[in-house]
Amino acid sequence: MRSRSEIKNYQLEQYNFRFRLAVAAIFVLVCFGVLASRFFFLQYAKYDYYQTMAENNRISLVPIVPNRGLILDRNGVILAHNFFVYTLEITPSKVKNVEATIEELSHFVEIGSLDRKNFKKLRTQSHSFESVPIRTHLNETEAAKFAVNRYRFPGVEIRSRLFRHYPEGRLGSHLIGYIGRINDKDLASLKESEDLSNYKGSDHIGKSGLEQSYERSLHGTTGFQQVEIDADGHAVRVLSSTAPIPGDNLILSIDSKLQKIAEDAFGDYRGALVAINPKNGEILAYVSQPTYDPNLFVDGIDSESWKALNESLDKPLVNRPLRGVYPPGSTFKPFVALAGLENGKREPPFSISDPGYFMLPGSSHRYRDWKPAGHGQVDVRRAITISCDTFFYGLAMELGIDRLAEFVSHFGFGKKTGIDIVGESDGLLPTPAWKAKRWKQKWFPGETVIVGIGQGYTLTTPLQLAQATATLANNGVGIRPRLVSSIQENLSGITRPIQMITNDRIPLEQKNIDIVRAGMIDVTLPGGTAASVGAGAPYAIAAKSGTAQVVGIKQNEKYNESKMAERHLDHALFIAYAPAEDPTIAIAVIVENGRHGGSTAGPVARKVMDYYLLGKMPAEPSIPKDAASLPEAGHEGEEPPHD
Amino acid sequence: MIRQLMSYLIKHIDSFLMSCLFFTLLIGLFVLYSASGQNVDRIASQFANIIIATGAMWIAANIPPQHLQRAALPLYAFGMILLIGVYFFGEISHGARRWLHLGIVRIQPSELMKIAVPMLLAWYFAKREGTIQFSDHVVGAILLAIPVLLIMKQPDLGTSLLIGASGFYVLFFAGLSWRLLIGGAVLIGASTPILWSLLHDYQRKRIEILFDPYQDPLGSGYHTIQATIALGSGGLAGKGWLNGTQAQLDFLPERTTDFIFAVFGEEFGLLGNCLLLLLFTLIIARGLVISAQAQNTFCRLLAGSITLAFFTYIFVNIGMVSGILPVVGVPLPLISYGGTSLVTLMLGFGILMSIHTHKKLVTT
Repeated sequence: MRSRSEIKNYQLEQYNFRFRLAVAAIFVLVCFGVLASRFFFLQYAKYDYYQTMAENNRISLVPIVPNRGLILDRNGVILAHNFFVYTLEITPSKVKNVEATIEELSHFVEIGSLDRKNFKKLRTQSHSFESVPIRTHLNETEAAKFAVNRYRFPGVEIRSRLFRHYPEGRLGSHLIGYIGRINDKDLASLKESEDLSNYKGSDHIGKSGLEQSYERSLHGTTGFQQVEIDADGHAVRVLSSTAPIPGDNLILSIDSKLQKIAEDAFGDYRGALVAINPKNGEILAYVSQPTYDPNLFVDGIDSESWKALNESLDKPLVNRPLRGVYPPGSTFKPFVALAGLENGKREPPFSISDPGYFMLPGSSHRYRDWKPAGHGQVDVRRAITISCDTFFYGLAMELGIDRLAEFVSHFGFGKKTGIDIVGESDGLLPTPAWKAKRWKQKWFPGETVIVGIGQGYTLTTPLQLAQATATLANNGVGIRPRLVSSIQENLSGITRPIQMITNDRIPLEQKNIDIVRAGMIDVTLPGGTAASVGAGAPYAIAAKSGTAQVVGIKQNEKYNESKMAERHLDHALFIAYAPAEDPTIAIAVIVENGRHGGSTAGPVARKVMDYYLLGKMPAEPSIPKDAASLPEAGHEGEEPPHD
Repeated sequence: MIRQLMSYLIKHIDSFLMSCLFFTLLIGLFVLYSASGQNVDRIASQFANIIIATGAMWIAANIPPQHLQRAALPLYAFGMILLIGVYFFGEISHGARRWLHLGIVRIQPSELMKIAVPMLLAWYFAKREGTIQFSDHVVGAILLAIPVLLIMKQPDLGTSLLIGASGFYVLFFAGLSWRLLIGGAVLIGASTPILWSLLHDYQRKRIEILFDPYQDPLGSGYHTIQATIALGSGGLAGKGWLNGTQAQLDFLPERTTDFIFAVFGEEFGLLGNCLLLLLFTLIIARGLVISAQAQNTFCRLLAGSITLAFFTYIFVNIGMVSGILPVVGVPLPLISYGGTSLVTLMLGFGILMSIHTHKKLVTT
């Protein structure tokens, strides 16, 4: 029996307990309320935010690299294409120990240190689920050897990847250029141009020549696969796929046969040649000698080959037509002559009597003619034909440097031609303003004198020279030179011609043009400085030869060819257009250390014209070895730059 | 014959509580199937756990509370010996010393203490019934503190906090003065900096990252970030069973155990979450009703503590998964994969049933 107080106590205790239970129940409800409101916050209020986060988590875009466009010459000859190559590839996420696997693989397939280095570099740039090549260009035997032992290498596969190949090898390598692996600099510029996403899967990018200049067209549009990935980055399944758009094909105005003839014509000489159709600006041949094999660069050039190319005295990597700058020498004279005529100076029958030198008033310095005894009575036409220095010294002086520079600049001297290949040099057309800015020095009258014969500071690229010649051939209408004549869409086959861009017509009087042309035609006729070049040609050639000094010769010092090191010999230049009455080809040739334009550079131009105009294959492949020392009608030794 | 067997079997089973438990366990199996990547072996194994745990529950339900009362002290003493054994001879796994090898069985004494601690405290206060003074609460607190500190040392912060909570509930129901409660809360608030200095580095990090999981998005914060993304992206109705991208694509870590709620929330959304919360609320409500109707102090205190401990597990786990509490290793009761904690849990529910179904025998 419980006592009364005990019962009362018991009831009180139970009451207290139940009160505390009620407090606990409220506590539980409050806590669950907190959870419920958290759910509401996450799953309702912030649903969109977290939904996006989850999508970003799970969906990965895997790029599908487009096929790079082809490069074809005007007749459809393939100059750059793609082909499949067996590569041995490792998917790092599927391999336990990558280093050990590579070591093991090297027992079956040769893996060099360069391969390892490339692999390491590529691996850091890719997802773990992407396969990375450890060896490329596996031959059949190697592929077979690996295939037999494949079971030992989970996560290692043989794949075929598209590689760029230049089937013509060294032919036209400077104009075609090459592609190479994308480096940090490329990445930075892609980022800047906001093209980076289009290069997600691409390993290569155009590095030089047309491959670089037409990168946008050639590359194509990268396709994408939306792939669901898990937290480790393994692809689980494909959600959607957007096909890549292959790059466009470039159809060049270059004729690869003509290109070959032009390149071969140089023989062992270094130099450059540009042939343009003056009527439409199409470049027919674009030579930079010596050439190199662009295939070396595609998958990363090995250090030995690179060293050989980069350190060669012949500078095979220099794109001479584009970036080589040479004094134009006497090839500048037709333009100076035209400047005089257009300014009312030296109009026939005006002539000078050439004593073999020119002197500035009040100075005893003699600007010598290449012919010490002088040429006698010389009018403007004959001045061109025989390349009379004295005539042009005086003419330049009379015109004044500013007027002369202004006039020839219309032909493109001193500025980029706007050719469709990047990296063009400006050349240099000196003026007093330029000298003040560049050297902080006053312009001397003597500097004007030697500009008259294309010496001094004046520098042109072979391309500028060709463009100026084409403009002259086209009666003052310059057309922007271009290598690509049309772009062909790969899928549809639709070909879009590149718009021809015509520069402003230079206001020239036809009779003046005709005088200069007549002088230039005479150059290749008996009595002209390049008579041998025109010998036997069934079409009229308007031309001008020239020589550019490599090493300055001091006043009163005798010029001695035989004593000079071969690389210090003068450069030979030659410009020409033909048929002279209705030109369809304009050429500029520079033969480095070729000495005389008429004897070394001229024959190169002739071979190109013969093939282009007559379809005639050249008899001998190169400049005769002794051509430079042949006693020629045109020996033009010019006054050295005034120092 | 069969009817007799059936009535014998369900004699001490509370049908309402049992229905809620089974329904929740069933949900757990479905979630586990999804979380484990449709691993049937996992389901079979968890099913076996459920059978064993239900058996344990049935046995507990059939033991009269007075037997439990008598067993309280020996069980606590046994548990303490094992804990001390762990402290000296325990097996280290995952950087914590939690397991004890006893010949062929490997046991986790802290699990036993989840039941033994509230039993002992309930026994103690029942013994002091009618004469409970402040000093009794001090004794109770000491009896509680020793195992909690030992487990904290293992270190197993989650379990020690839960056991601390279950012991605290006994003290609370035994009439811990309100003044002391409020005073204690203020004191804890004030002593936070000291507690902070006592925490392990990994524990501090967890707390720091709780406030800013993006401090370490791929390290310690990763769990919280991925779990909240899973929940949030579940939206109103969820992505559907087996369709949770966070779960199915491996973004969620520990998704069959501590973070299983994120899988559930991702696939069943806000509606599913509220439904599950409701189910838990029903179980807790039933536990509180059983506590209220219990006939003696031991039963009342034990039932109340077991019920609130269950609540605490839920709150700590879901709070952690949804990013409002620090990440401590606490599984979600009845849902997470794992046998040990399920057995302990179901033992607790068995005790609740025993308390409820044995009371008439006591009063007559």
